[in-house]
Amino acid sequence: MAIDVATVKKVASLSRLREPQERLEALAGELNGILGWIEQLNEVDVAGVEPMTTAVEQPTPLREDVVNDGDKVAQVVANAPKSAEGFFIVPKVVE
Amino acid sequence: MRNLTQLSLKDALDGLKTKQFSSGELTEAFIGAIQAANPTLNAFVETTFDKARAQAAASDARLAKGEGGRLEGAPLGIKDLYCTKDVRTTACSGILSNFIPTYESTVTQNLWDDGAVMLGKLNMDEFAMGSSNETSHWGPVTNPWKSNGSNAALTPGGSSGGSASAVAADLCLAATASDTGGSIRQPAAFTGTVGIKPTYGRCSRYGMVAFASSLDQAGPITKTVADSAILLQSMCSYDAKDSTSLQVAVPDFSSFLEKSLKGLRIGIPDEYRLDGIPAEIDALWEQGIAWLKDAGAEIVRISLPHTKYALPCYYIIAPAEASSNLARYDGMRYGHRTDKAQSLTDVYELSRSEGFGKEVKRRIMIGTYVLSAGFYDAYYVKALKVRRRIAEDFTNAWNSCDVILTPATPSAAFELGDKAKAADPVAMYLNDVFTVTTNLAGLPGMSVPAGLDSQGLPLGLQVIGKALDEGTVFSVGAALEKAAAFTAKPSKWW
Repeated sequence: MAIDVATVKKVASLSRLREPQERLEALAGELNGILGWIEQLNEVDVAGVEPMTTAVEQPTPLREDVVNDGDKVAQVVANAPKSAEGFFIVPKVVE
Repeated sequence: MRNLTQLSLKDALDGLKTKQFSSGELTEAFIGAIQAANPTLNAFVETTFDKARAQAAASDARLAKGEGGRLEGAPLGIKDLYCTKDVRTTACSGILSNFIPTYESTVTQNLWDDGAVMLGKLNMDEFAMGSSNETSHWGPVTNPWKSNGSNAALTPGGSSGGSASAVAADLCLAATASDTGGSIRQPAAFTGTVGIKPTYGRCSRYGMVAFASSLDQAGPITKTVADSAILLQSMCSYDAKDSTSLQVAVPDFSSFLEKSLKGLRIGIPDEYRLDGIPAEIDALWEQGIAWLKDAGAEIVRISLPHTKYALPCYYIIAPAEASSNLARYDGMRYGHRTDKAQSLTDVYELSRSEGFGKEVKRRIMIGTYVLSAGFYDAYYVKALKVRRRIAEDFTNAWNSCDVILTPATPSAAFELGDKAKAADPVAMYLNDVFTVTTNLAGLPGMSVPAGLDSQGLPLGLQVIGKALDEGTVFSVGAALEKAAAFTAKPSKWW
């Protein structure tokens, strides 16, 4: 399953990253190196093994269904690249 | 007056309580040390001296009245991964280079509630992704230790390189750190300090910048095992704001320090004897085994058969979680936004590509790949199954032993700018070969300085415990520390 430059380009796009053309070749090599090394997992017999999604088995904690936070508009937008009157200013999304 | 910065956390707390010196004096001593050292070591990425002075004054007022919490007046360093209210928090990434949190992480809030003083924020690998602190947006940290007869700058390890360097160089009494694959224990081993990653869920992750949420865990880097028990005690708490936080009582960790090891079964895993590991590390391991035997423990040979699969398993799971966690950096609500965009896609792609460093981008892409359609089962689900096998290895081992002893790292500190490791990401990843298993299994692990190699550099031993049994880890760690009588300090050149 070797990764070629076209695949790197696709993965970069899925990752919302834009890598310069000259970096794609190098990335393909690096990703192949890492994924090739990862291939050794195929040696492990995992028949009948449940995927482990958490380090500690415990039921999801529940809390009372009440409002316990909020009214922090100024704090929420405090780090926004652009904001006005409590709103995020985002680039135009509809042409 | 003796040099206050060289005190252990425990001795400093005793000195404060008995009014041998004030928190103000102690804080000024550290401010002076940081100002002198930081241009060379680059351990702090932000200093908060005004805040430290105000906190110290408040502590002194409480101490004067005979009041105060368990860390009252103690100046600490905070890894830049912890959100600190009104103090810039960047996780050492360009994408967060101007981020000023409007809230406090639970772990740091616990420290301030206990009376601690904040000296500043400590350097780290970008988003905690790295083993040498070289991926930091703010440049690498330098290890205060040097090889005999060499002037080459060494890495303090990573990702908590700033924490380890600052503690080793006496720039703070102790520091917070975090560990996703070995980021507390490897830097501790490289700098002759003590680092513990507690059981997953002991410390709240609320307000810690996320890397891989099922693996990330907070912990301290300190000068001694006793200090480690004190600081971890304060960091741990149940927190409703983190749904993986454990609703269990936090035992008095310090009460385990003097406990006898008589009859305790120490597991020695066959699979941790790796080819190509320096003989000195094997010898130190044997020495550690002998020390624990002398202390009355029983040595048991154990097998953890899936050990060799832990790192490849980690390098699927951690990047997968990272690619998902770091999707939040889209240039819209906070973080860097490009000014070169023509379209919405441009904003996303350019903001992220300008803001993230090389290693972070690499891991996001690995994560995206293993989660993408067609590969999800072959890579991600497979890794989750192997993860269970690795955790089961430990469960089986606990039938015949109570705690496990291993080396902490496969080498001593290496040079900054190591070309082989820079060229081959996998060579760098191998730093975590002994530590990553406990992250996958959620178990506590501690690195204790146990000796110097022939180059005069510190080496550590690792103690791995059962889930929630940090107590026994502290007992064994304290016994190793006592037997090793490790008192070496880097000679001051900075």
